[in-house]
Amino acid sequence: MELKKVQEILDATVYTGGDRLEEMQVMEACGSDLMSDVLAFVKEQGLLLTGLQNLQVVRTAEMMDMEAIVFVRGKVPNEEMIAAAERMEMVLMTTELPMFTACGLLYENGLHGGKAVEDGE
Amino acid sequence: MSNSMVFRYDVDGDDFTLAGEISSKVKKRLKQLGLPPETIRKVAIAMYEAEINMVIHANGGTITVEVSPETIHIIFADRGPGIPDIDKAMEEGFSTASHEVRELGFGAGMGLPNIKKNSDKMTIDTKVGEGTTIELWMEVC
Repeated sequence: MELKKVQEILDATVYTGGDRLEEMQVMEACGSDLMSDVLAFVKEQGLLLTGLQNLQVVRTAEMMDMEAIVFVRGKVPNEEMIAAAERMEMVLMTTELPMFTACGLLYENGLHGGKAVEDGE
Repeated sequence: MSNSMVFRYDVDGDDFTLAGEISSKVKKRLKQLGLPPETIRKVAIAMYEAEINMVIHANGGTITVEVSPETIHIIFADRGPGIPDIDKAMEEGFSTASHEVRELGFGAGMGLPNIKKNSDKMTIDTKVGEGTTIELWMEVC
């Protein structure tokens, strides 16, 4: 799914990477407030939805090669997070929707979650 | 090992928001060196987990990364409190992290198991009251 479509579905405010939304595609997404889980189980998901707002969220997404983060429930990234995301060419946006609704809307529109990574895979 | 490169870093233990800076730098270096993405990903995940552990449990330390065409060897050395029970620490879900760390999205007891999962070999040398040294080896795939 084009990130532009993600932004439209979630009616999200874009903080970084706004000029690249039409070029960038994500195949799968994941929703989590637990970065430990993101680090342990994410595989191909290019989009992270989270209610957590700190620099380590951006770092975690960087380590996992994720292209974009959507902050739910109106959480706004701080200056430090925006600067880091700009350096990493990562898209940051905020939706007023809660996590379950935001994930549900994207799923309904064809963006799915992929599979968790199992040991030994 | 004539073709190997060694990078050394100090990890600041005072500021959790800075945790991960070294992992980010190493990831960029490995990309510049043209290593395969899957290898870089494994190194990045294991390093980031270990760097966070170093900051939250041991007040910082040093990281040495040795890159050769076949293997990446990483040494994390700290002078923290040590790990009293390694088997327990390796259990998924077991954590001694503070409430503050958990609020930031970490401390779920997944760190050490995830480091092991992303490396081809891992050793832990620890002494209570003296510190911990973790060594990882990743084959360049």
